[in-house]
Amino acid sequence: MKRQKRFEKLEKRPVHLDGFVKEWDDEGLVAMRSKNDPDASLKVENGVITELDGKKREDFDLIDQYIAEYGINIANAEKANAMSSQSIAKMLIDPNVSRSEVVKVTTALTPAKASDVINQLNFAEMIMAVQKMRPRRTPFTQAHITNTLDNPAEIAADGAEAALRGFPELETTTAVARYAPLNAISLMVGAQAGRPGVITQCSVEEAVELGLGMRGFTAYAETISVYGTDKVFTDGDDTPWSKGFLASCYASRGLKMRFSSGSGSEVLMGYTEGKSMLYLESRCIYITKASGVQGLQNGSVSCIGVPSAVPSGLREVLGENLMCMMMDLECASSNDQTFSHSDIRRTERMLGQFIAGTDYISSGYAGEENSDNTFAGSNMDVLDYDDYESMERDLAVNGGILPITEDQAIKIRKKAAKAVQAVFDGLGLPEITDEEVEAATYGSTSGDMPKRDMAQDIKAAQDLMDRGVTVSDIIKALDDHGIDDTAQAVFKLAQQKICGDYLQTSAIFDKDWNCISAINDNNDYMGPGTGYRVWEDEAQWNKIKNIPWALDPQKVDF
Amino acid sequence: MSQEIDETLLKNIIRDVLGEMKSADTPVSFNGGAVATAGPSQEDSVDWFKPVGPAKPGRSKNEVVIAVGPAFATVMKQTIVKQSHKDVLRQLIAGVEEEGLKARVMKVYRTSDVSFISAEADQLSGSGIAIAIQSKGTTIIHQKDQDPLNNLELFPQAPVLTLDTFRAIGKNAAQYAKGMSPNPVPTVNDQMARPRYQALAALMHIKETKQVVVGKPAEEIEVNFN
Repeated sequence: MKRQKRFEKLEKRPVHLDGFVKEWDDEGLVAMRSKNDPDASLKVENGVITELDGKKREDFDLIDQYIAEYGINIANAEKANAMSSQSIAKMLIDPNVSRSEVVKVTTALTPAKASDVINQLNFAEMIMAVQKMRPRRTPFTQAHITNTLDNPAEIAADGAEAALRGFPELETTTAVARYAPLNAISLMVGAQAGRPGVITQCSVEEAVELGLGMRGFTAYAETISVYGTDKVFTDGDDTPWSKGFLASCYASRGLKMRFSSGSGSEVLMGYTEGKSMLYLESRCIYITKASGVQGLQNGSVSCIGVPSAVPSGLREVLGENLMCMMMDLECASSNDQTFSHSDIRRTERMLGQFIAGTDYISSGYAGEENSDNTFAGSNMDVLDYDDYESMERDLAVNGGILPITEDQAIKIRKKAAKAVQAVFDGLGLPEITDEEVEAATYGSTSGDMPKRDMAQDIKAAQDLMDRGVTVSDIIKALDDHGIDDTAQAVFKLAQQKICGDYLQTSAIFDKDWNCISAINDNNDYMGPGTGYRVWEDEAQWNKIKNIPWALDPQKVDF
Repeated sequence: MSQEIDETLLKNIIRDVLGEMKSADTPVSFNGGAVATAGPSQEDSVDWFKPVGPAKPGRSKNEVVIAVGPAFATVMKQTIVKQSHKDVLRQLIAGVEEEGLKARVMKVYRTSDVSFISAEADQLSGSGIAIAIQSKGTTIIHQKDQDPLNNLELFPQAPVLTLDTFRAIGKNAAQYAKGMSPNPVPTVNDQMARPRYQALAALMHIKETKQVVVGKPAEEIEVNFN
C-alpha cells in the first residue's frame, strides 16, 4: 500500500509504543463490566448473609465467605442494597450529603453493588466524589527511593531530599533481595536526617518485611497483596485469613500497614474467572475492609499496563480508588508504575487523583531517576519535579511535592549521606567512604556513585541479621558519632510504635511528630468554600507559589 | 530496548487462544474457582526436549536444577523478546557447566508462578539450588531453605534479559551451589518495558497458566542440543 504521510508520522509518536488490546471478557481483559460479572444481590437471615451477588451461602468461595462474614455492615445492608445504584452515585457527588452519611450506605453494599455504583459515574463525577470521599482532609503523596546498585549513601541522600520536598512516606525495595536490611536502614536514617516524622518502608518478601519492621528498621508496610479470585490467592500459598493474620502481626507491633491490590493482577496471573477488573478489585477492597486494615494501596499499581490497554481503563482505575475511599479506607492511589511512553498519557494518568487530591496521590513517585527505580519505573520521576510543581502552582492544587533550592538539596543530601556513613561505621558494616558521601551529595543516579563490593555488603547484611541488630543500635551509632538530631528523630520514631496513634486511618506525622489522620483532620468537604483549599493552607501555598525559577517582576534588571 | 514486539508472535498467541475458546466454550459457573475458558493446548513433541518420567530428588551436591514453566518448549517456543527456548536453555546450562557443575532440567506442571516453580525444583536439587524460568523468560535463582517468594536473585523484567544474561545466571547459580557468594548478575532496568510488554506478558502468562496440571509432579527432561 502506498503510505499516507500523516499516518506514517503518527505511527512514530511515542503513544504507538504503548500496548493496546481489545476487550476480551472471558479472560478478564475488560475494565468495568464483563458479561460474566454477577448481578448484585443480598439476602440476610438472622443477621447472617445467606446470599451474596447471585450466590447462595453453600456456593460461596473463600473470598465470598470472608467478605460475607466480616466485610459488610450487615445492620444496614438490606436497606442500602435496596437503594438504586444511581441514587447512591448521586449521593457521592452531592455536596449537600456529607462524607459520613455516604459512608453509612457504601460500607453496607455488596461488591457487585459497589461496582455498579462506580459504573454510574463519568470521569468528572469521579473526581468530584474523590474530593469528598478521601478520608484525610489534607492530601499528600508518597515516593519510591531506590537505585539499581542498592547504594546506601544514595538511598539516604535521595530519601532526605524527598523528605524535604514534603513526602510524608517513603518506600524502598531492593535490586538484590538480600540487601533488604541495608536498604531499610539507609532509607530510615536518610529520611529522619531530611525531615523528622517521615515514615519509611521496605517492600520485600512478606516474612522478611515483617521482620524488618519488628527490628525497627521500618515504620510501615503496604505491599501485603490481596487478590480478587481464590485461585490467585491459593497459587501464592495464601488465603484471605492468612493475610488478615499478617495484618494483625503488624498491628501488634505498633506498625502502620495497608494492603495492596489493583486491577489487572488477576489477568497477569491468569486467573480472572472471566470477571471485569473493577469487580475483582471490589473484592480486594472488601477483603481489606473485612481484615480490619486501615487502608489500601490500589489503582492497578504495578499492573497498570493491563487496564490502560483496554477501553475505559484509566476511568476504572480512578473508580477503584474511589471505591476504596467509599469503604472508609485510607487510599494510596497508585500513579505508581510506568505505563506509557507518551508524556500526554502520563499526565492523563494522574489527572483525576491530582485534581481531586487523595491521601497519597502517588504511591510511588520516583524519588530517583526512573533508570534507578527498582520498582521498574514510576509514572513520574525526579526529572518531572519542576513540571509537577508548576502544575500545582497553575491549578492551585496541593499535590504534596514542594519546590526546594539547589543549595537546600546539597545540604540535606550531604547530611543524610554522612548520617548513614556513621550508622554503617557504628554497626560494623562495610565502610561508606567520603568519596561516596560526596558522590551521593552531588550525583543524580547510581552511575554517579563509586562501585561498592556487593558480595561483601550482602554478607554483612546477613551477619547484621544474625547478630540481632535493632533500631537501638542505630540510635546508639548516631549518638556515638555526635549526630544528635537524627539520633533523636530515630528514637522518636521508635517511640511512636509504642503509642500507636499512627495506626489510625490515613495517618502521617508532621515534623514535630504530631499525628495527622482522618480522626483529627477528617475530610469535611461540603461544596465550595469547604474542605481543603491550598490557598487557605498559607505556609504550603507560599512554598508552591514561590518556585525558585519564577522571576520577581520587581527585581528584573533590564 | 532495541527489540520490537514481534507482532506475528502476538497475533499467533491471540489466535491460538481464541481458537481454543471456540472449540471448547464452556458456560461460566460461579462456583468457587471456576475458570471461564478453555483448557490446555496439546504439548508438541520436540526432538531436543524429551520428557523421561517423573523427576526424582537429586543426590549429587554437584547439580543445579533448571526448572521450566509448563508451556516451555512444547507449547510456546520463544520468550517475550523472541529468544528461542532452546538457545535460552543452552546458555543457562553452559553457565552451570562453566563452573564444572551439572545441570538437570525438569518441567514443573503444578504452577506457572516463577517463584513456586523454583520452590518445587530446589527441593529436588542435590545442591538445593534451582533456576526457574517461565516461557516468557522471567527467571529466578532460588535456594531450598528460602521462603517461596524470597530469592537469591530475581530477574523480573524478561524483556531486558539477553542470552549473555542467561549464561551469567547459570554461572551464578552454580557458584551458589558451590557455597560461594558471587556478585549478583547486574540487573538492567528498563522502565519502558512495562508499557511495551505488559499486555503481551499477560497473554503469554494466560497461555502458560492453562498448561498447569494440579497435582502433576515435575517431569525430568533430557535435552539434546546436537
